[in-house]
Amino acid sequence: MIPRPKPKKFRLRRTMMFMNAQKPKLIRDAYIYGCDSIILDLEDAVAENQKDAARFSLYHALKNIDYGDTEVIVRINGLDTPHWQEDIRCVVAGGADGLRIAKCESADDVRQVEAHVLAAEREFGVEEGRTLLMAALESPKGIMNAYDIVTASPRMFGCAISGGDFRKSMHVQIVRGGIEMLTARGLVLLAARAAGVQCFDTMYPFIDDTEGFEAEVRQNREMGFDGKSIVNPRQIRYVHETFAPTEKEIAYAEKLIRSFNEQANQGVGVYTVDGKMVDIPFFEDAHRVLALAKACDVYRGDL
Amino acid sequence: MEIKKYAVAGTAESCDVQVSVEPSSAGLSVQVKSRVMNRYGRQIKITVLETLNRLGVTSGCITVNDQGALDFTIKARVECVVFRSIDASEKDIPWGGIVQ
Repeated sequence: MIPRPKPKKFRLRRTMMFMNAQKPKLIRDAYIYGCDSIILDLEDAVAENQKDAARFSLYHALKNIDYGDTEVIVRINGLDTPHWQEDIRCVVAGGADGLRIAKCESADDVRQVEAHVLAAEREFGVEEGRTLLMAALESPKGIMNAYDIVTASPRMFGCAISGGDFRKSMHVQIVRGGIEMLTARGLVLLAARAAGVQCFDTMYPFIDDTEGFEAEVRQNREMGFDGKSIVNPRQIRYVHETFAPTEKEIAYAEKLIRSFNEQANQGVGVYTVDGKMVDIPFFEDAHRVLALAKACDVYRGDL
Repeated sequence: MEIKKYAVAGTAESCDVQVSVEPSSAGLSVQVKSRVMNRYGRQIKITVLETLNRLGVTSGCITVNDQGALDFTIKARVECVVFRSIDASEKDIPWGGIVQ
């Protein structure tokens, strides 16, 4: 049995890669690709008559595979199915880092899942509060309730938009430039930032359309997402590179931190760096940039 | 546990194993077919028998068609098929108990 360290609520999650929990070949190799998180899927990837088999397969994978630093999240079946309660028992007993609530629409959904997670932690002697939660927002209602959802439990580390179902309910198709998802992405990002949790964009379904994928990843970063769902290992590298801070951003962050210390000692609150006015929020953001640069292994300085 | 009816679990995909069970009055029989029979046939049978023993299965006809599955996949499929044979695979699984 491989004991996993206690999951961290805040960590690097640039890529979350989906894997069908029913397929031994996929779950066995999942961690070697170097994505930040893997999502073992009990939901849509698993046929309705194989839900039971997928749980047995998942339980043993969790107990036997050393996933190393890769975070292991399990996507459970929706609360409108007969499967989710046993999914939760299996996930908690197996010791996954967290679970993703599919088709989450309200704070009540979160509280219902949390109650079952807690019961399972007690049943299987798992440390209470260990199992983290994230919400997949897949419907207009879920998006509208995003803030209530992400603040419904201290276990919540973030939320993700799920574009497939969402686009269907909005009667739109995927469009270059992302105009069809713009409002939803913006609302979910606002809710996540207001709650102080992370926010992840939906996966890009056209594996062979590199140009479209890369454009979407760049837009994700410009909008402020922390990471992205992915469905193929080929998509990992570009996301990691794009989400890493640039040299320019790192140099600016360093300059800010060094100058802030000097100014603060002289009793100055707001001042200018390179002709741009800065104050305390800039300083905090500079620390975030350096922390991210270190996590992405692109920082070579001494701060 | 007692095997009550025919059941099957697993697929014929690479790295998987398909296991089927049937009730039997003549004790326990385990038939293994594997594409890595020469090297791992004996180990596969040991894993199957250990898992059946843990589940308290003492009779039945068990057929194993292996496509190069790892040990824990074999365990997962054997457990699933035994629970399916008594219609108990969908909920209240004793995770960490006889399933381990």
